[in-house]
Amino acid sequence: MKDLVILGAGTAGTMMSNHLAKRLPNDWRIRIVDQRKIHHYQPGYLFIPFGTYKEEDIIKPIQQFIPERAEYIQQSILKVDAEHNRVYLEDSRVLDYDVLIIATGTDIAPEEIDGMMGDHWHKSVFDFYTLDGAVKLHKKLENWKGGHLAVHITEMPIKCPVAPLEFTFLADAYFEQRGIRDKVKISFVTPMDGAFTKPVASAHLGHLLEEKGIEVVPNFNIMSLDGERKVITDYEGKEVSYDLLVTIPTNKGADYVERSGLGDELNFIPTHKGTLQSKAKENIFVIGDATNLPASKAGSVAHFEGEILLENIMRYINGKELLDEFDGHANCFVETGHGKALLIDFNYTHQPVSGTFPIPGVGPLNLLKESRMNHMGKMAFKWIYWNMLITGKHIPFVSSKMNEAGKNFEEANV
Amino acid sequence: MEATIAGQIIDLNNEGYLTDLNQWNKEVAAQIAQEEGIELTDGHWPVLEYLQEQYRNEVPLSIRKVGKSGVVDIKQFYALFPGGPLKKASRIAGIPKPASCI
Repeated sequence: MKDLVILGAGTAGTMMSNHLAKRLPNDWRIRIVDQRKIHHYQPGYLFIPFGTYKEEDIIKPIQQFIPERAEYIQQSILKVDAEHNRVYLEDSRVLDYDVLIIATGTDIAPEEIDGMMGDHWHKSVFDFYTLDGAVKLHKKLENWKGGHLAVHITEMPIKCPVAPLEFTFLADAYFEQRGIRDKVKISFVTPMDGAFTKPVASAHLGHLLEEKGIEVVPNFNIMSLDGERKVITDYEGKEVSYDLLVTIPTNKGADYVERSGLGDELNFIPTHKGTLQSKAKENIFVIGDATNLPASKAGSVAHFEGEILLENIMRYINGKELLDEFDGHANCFVETGHGKALLIDFNYTHQPVSGTFPIPGVGPLNLLKESRMNHMGKMAFKWIYWNMLITGKHIPFVSSKMNEAGKNFEEANV
Repeated sequence: MEATIAGQIIDLNNEGYLTDLNQWNKEVAAQIAQEEGIELTDGHWPVLEYLQEQYRNEVPLSIRKVGKSGVVDIKQFYALFPGGPLKKASRIAGIPKPASCI
């Protein structure tokens, strides 16, 4: 009997357990470990603060999505001993493996910034990258009478890099709907040099911020937060005051990654960008947000990585050369408020450009352009997530490698 | 697009960043630094070399990573490249601008 162990039963881990259950030979055992019982549809967090989704709309039991062939172990991970091919769990169980897949993602670490945690946490300073934070922010927004809302990115990389911008657009629409938009000032505070950092996206979408009356504070690298004065300060002494701060705290990989000596300074795991094999050891593979790849940390990326990782694990156990083929493909809907959304499709080498998706020249979705159809696509995606994506079914017309047809790449050469 | 920097023809993108690190040398760096209002000193070179090494190894860069590199801390990094340290230092080092996905 040979052993494959998956760490993490989120988007990537659950999907891989389903892929592998269909392909691994019968003399392989599959075990998957996660400390949680509940699978969260994380793209849904964005909609909770505005009351579009409730908590119960975006959660289901993890076990429901684990294939019969795999054993689900609900337990915290203490450490990976890469040298001896062993995983230690908190209940003192030891799992030996022949192949390990790490899919433990990323979580917020507000304690990384001086003063961010304190009595003000979830009172005047909120996150929406956790279900708890999103639910508490919803309660706050419902009763908020107005003031200065600052939406803030602490540092890159973060999960779903477009979510802060989507939150800002949705907040603008939400306050308008409640009839208090004139009582709210909205700022977007970012360590990057603008809300949009890629030239083509910037040219197509820069107008949105002005139209919606959103002030952008660029090049702001936060050093500390003063919860009493309600001020954030950056390394150059610049200050932004707020009445309500919605921050994306530092994102880090899981703590056991650090204890195992497998991560970088943010506990992300050095990974070969084309093969998804870890740089530490041949029999350790990494997928999704847990990697240090220069790709977006997003469910769509994990989905595209999944097909290549499956192929590479089959090749690895058969002693064949790995495919060096992952191209960094990502595909993301971007909510812009008032029932509209954008769609972006890009990879390691191509920035998002305009065009049609998924069928070149036809659509029905438009790239880099606001439409109601794109918004409907985003809302329909929840069904696809539960019924196709994490269960490892192929999504029609959408290939793991980015399709270059139907896209206006000449825009990028101006 | 092409530009003449320190007497050499250099390929730049439309934001003024080198598109080929092989075309970089210290004279090119010094002239780009001047455009950014920075006079390069002995303190700048180890930072630029660190950034280039990370880029060659395909490691995404952040202010924190530079701050923990052992080369400079974040305050020193700001002092050397005031305004937008990672953005300016990347341009002077001949590597792409740090960017988000959009």
